[in-house]
Amino acid sequence: MIGTWPCTQPGGTVSEELVVRCGDSSGTRVLIIPPLFSEHNLIRRQLVQLMRKLDDTGISSLLPDLPGWNESLEPLETQTLGFWREAIAEAVQVHGATHVLAVRSGAVLTPPSLRGWCYAPQSGAKLLRGMVRARTIASRETGQPETSDNIYALGRKEGVMLAVWSISAAMFAELELAEPPKHDGLVEIKQGQVGGPALWLRAEAAEDAEQVASLASIIGSGLAEPAG
Amino acid sequence: MSTTPTASDTQATEETGEAAGLPMSRAALNAELKSIISDVLGIDSEQADVLDNDSGLFGHLPELDSMAVAGLLTEMEDRLDIVIEDDDVDGEMLETYGGLLAFAEGKLAEA
Repeated sequence: MIGTWPCTQPGGTVSEELVVRCGDSSGTRVLIIPPLFSEHNLIRRQLVQLMRKLDDTGISSLLPDLPGWNESLEPLETQTLGFWREAIAEAVQVHGATHVLAVRSGAVLTPPSLRGWCYAPQSGAKLLRGMVRARTIASRETGQPETSDNIYALGRKEGVMLAVWSISAAMFAELELAEPPKHDGLVEIKQGQVGGPALWLRAEAAEDAEQVASLASIIGSGLAEPAG
Repeated sequence: MSTTPTASDTQATEETGEAAGLPMSRAALNAELKSIISDVLGIDSEQADVLDNDSGLFGHLPELDSMAVAGLLTEMEDRLDIVIEDDDVDGEMLETYGGLLAFAEGKLAEA
């Protein structure tokens, strides 16, 4: 279930990145793009539980890591959103993904070629706003308060550390403009449809079997509809 | 918000005509703020209901670290349709539930 996939780096070298695969269907294969940074950790187990649930109903899925994520040997501070989009496009080819489920800020990496779902999509600007705000609050705690304006200026000029995430200047600038794509083949799933509290708001990772069942049902129903 | 509306929700809506676009009543705001906090803390609505004005928040609850507070404020912006600036965030606003409720009321009054 857990393996690696070869991801081509901008310089042409190849890095081995982790991938979680579930199911062996030769038909539908859903590529899951998790939220970026902290929310990925908070919701990863829930997403893997969703993959298992989808497998129960005959739907295959995969959750590939990109360079700079989790245990990747590639440093986060050299990554750009542009490269991550290319890496997702490569993952689609390598794994033969037929659909996409992008979650929260992962929506900004959604490949244009696939149909699928964006679950509670969040823009890059909104993601940064929360991360910058967390740094302003933490900085007050240490007695050396920083303003959001200063952190934004630093991020744009030379990159910035937000919580434990080292964001390059290029990544920072890209995130400020990154929006979840909208097209007819992408269906937005709102948290209200899934029911229950949003797990990414918690300070600790959590899972919720009812929400997993609800999401699996939404995806299963969507796949059963004829493509329009 | 997944919980069934409470009696106070229903009453507040009926009394203030919230559905007609009037500002949220104190009771409705109280219910929404508790719902946001219960989502962030991962507690159920009964536990959130016992929060009173003196209940300690930031610095009192280990779950409420700086990332969680940032998430809480962003969620308040989205669900209450307010904008929270750097200068709004101070110890008094975050220390107790009453402080946060008073802050949210003030912001809604500005809007």
